[in-house]
Amino acid sequence: MSNFSTIMARLLEAFRLNGQLFILTLVFALPLGLIIAFGSMSRWKPLSLLTRTVVWIIRGTPLMLQIIVIFFAPGLLGWGSPWGAGASGRFSAATVAFVINYACYFSEIYRGGIQGVPKGQTEAGQVLGMTKSQIFFKVTLLQVVKRILPAMSNEIITLVKDTSLARIISNKEIIMMAHEYTAKGLIWPLFFTGVFFLVFVGALTLLFNALEKKLDYFRC
Amino acid sequence: MAILEVENIYKNFGETQVLKGISFSLEQGQALAIIGASGSGKTTLLRCLNFLERPDRGIIRVNGDVLFDAQDPSTQLEKEIRKKRLNFGLVFQSFHLFPQYTVLKNVTLASELLTKEQLKHQGRAALRAAYQDIEEQARMLLDQMGLLDKVNAYPHQLSGGQQQRVAIARALALHPKILCFDEPTSALDPELTGEVLRVIRGLAEKKTTMVIVTHEMAFARDVADHVIFMDDGVIVEEGRPEDLFSNPKEERTRQFLSRYSSSN
Repeated sequence: MSNFSTIMARLLEAFRLNGQLFILTLVFALPLGLIIAFGSMSRWKPLSLLTRTVVWIIRGTPLMLQIIVIFFAPGLLGWGSPWGAGASGRFSAATVAFVINYACYFSEIYRGGIQGVPKGQTEAGQVLGMTKSQIFFKVTLLQVVKRILPAMSNEIITLVKDTSLARIISNKEIIMMAHEYTAKGLIWPLFFTGVFFLVFVGALTLLFNALEKKLDYFRC
Repeated sequence: MAILEVENIYKNFGETQVLKGISFSLEQGQALAIIGASGSGKTTLLRCLNFLERPDRGIIRVNGDVLFDAQDPSTQLEKEIRKKRLNFGLVFQSFHLFPQYTVLKNVTLASELLTKEQLKHQGRAALRAAYQDIEEQARMLLDQMGLLDKVNAYPHQLSGGQQQRVAIARALALHPKILCFDEPTSALDPELTGEVLRVIRGLAEKKTTMVIVTHEMAFARDVADHVIFMDDGVIVEEGRPEDLFSNPKEERTRQFLSRYSSSN
């Protein structure tokens, strides 16, 4: 049964890559999404037009395609590949693709949430002499968070599973690993891969439910 | 000197001319009622006073100081507008209380933020003392509104009439020179309008300077010191309520008032 524990260890090791990609993507895409959202909502037409076009392209093309493009394009276009030949370079390329992609999705959720707060809330803040940033942080923000929590939890759960797409540029993530074992005639690594994802997503679901409950003390 | 002087306000939205030369003045301690059909420009006028809309032409003066002059861009700087807004208070038709804060916090929030700025360089103790004052004042205001037992409730737990009374307390907490009401009871069920009108009447008796846009004719007649009838962006007639309501001079005024008395 050392076979079992070795394989499990390798699966877990590979899952660590999924986990790292997940966390890094969130760390960068959550704030970047807000910047992109403000760009989309900007009153300066050139900026909002440019931002919305980029968001449209990124959301309109497959993440898998974007990962491939980001990894191969610089080299193929003659600019020299910034990624190098090693595993860390492949991981960085995947991370960059994920961050850009998810930031665009988040930006649309943020934008919907921000624009969904009734104008009267902002105006009430204004007539009470509050500054724009006071209105955003003290009035709008929590209302936006409450509104966007369901959509964000959906996106983040999707991200957990999307991390497997990194395999397309040979990042050794868990599904790739489990798939290799089927060639050796083993089916159970696939089953346990599913279990790992279930547990991860299950934990996130519990977390999001708790957050929604915490924000249930008011209605907006 | 009048506390509020409005001179020749024009405002368009695109092609539509909403305000076509509005001028009036208001003395301190007086209540001004503005009546008129929907679309007459009453709400836009109120929003211009509170700097939520920018008039295309005209001047707004408070206590003789020019707060806004359409022809003078130096009166239109964003930073200054914020301070100028504090001359006025506005109670919205749809209350617009902040849903994530308790009733008490709704009333104290803006004062606390302002005080924090003003006391930036003083110690924590000074700030804490100031916050305590703000909270005491807020409790007094809410008590006057009859809502002391609701200080820890959230807006969604209150009736419309209660929410509007909190909104009035919230506006009063900043001690505005002129308190404006934009159809304060129009979004309320008939049973709930009474409690809000009672509060406004109380404020009028205390000589609060107010501008009230309303459809409640009987109330306007009772409480206002001066009434303006607006139609299609202009002031058609103005005067004391006893004169305007009983003996309107203009035909348009007569038509408007007859529509209201027949439907009442």
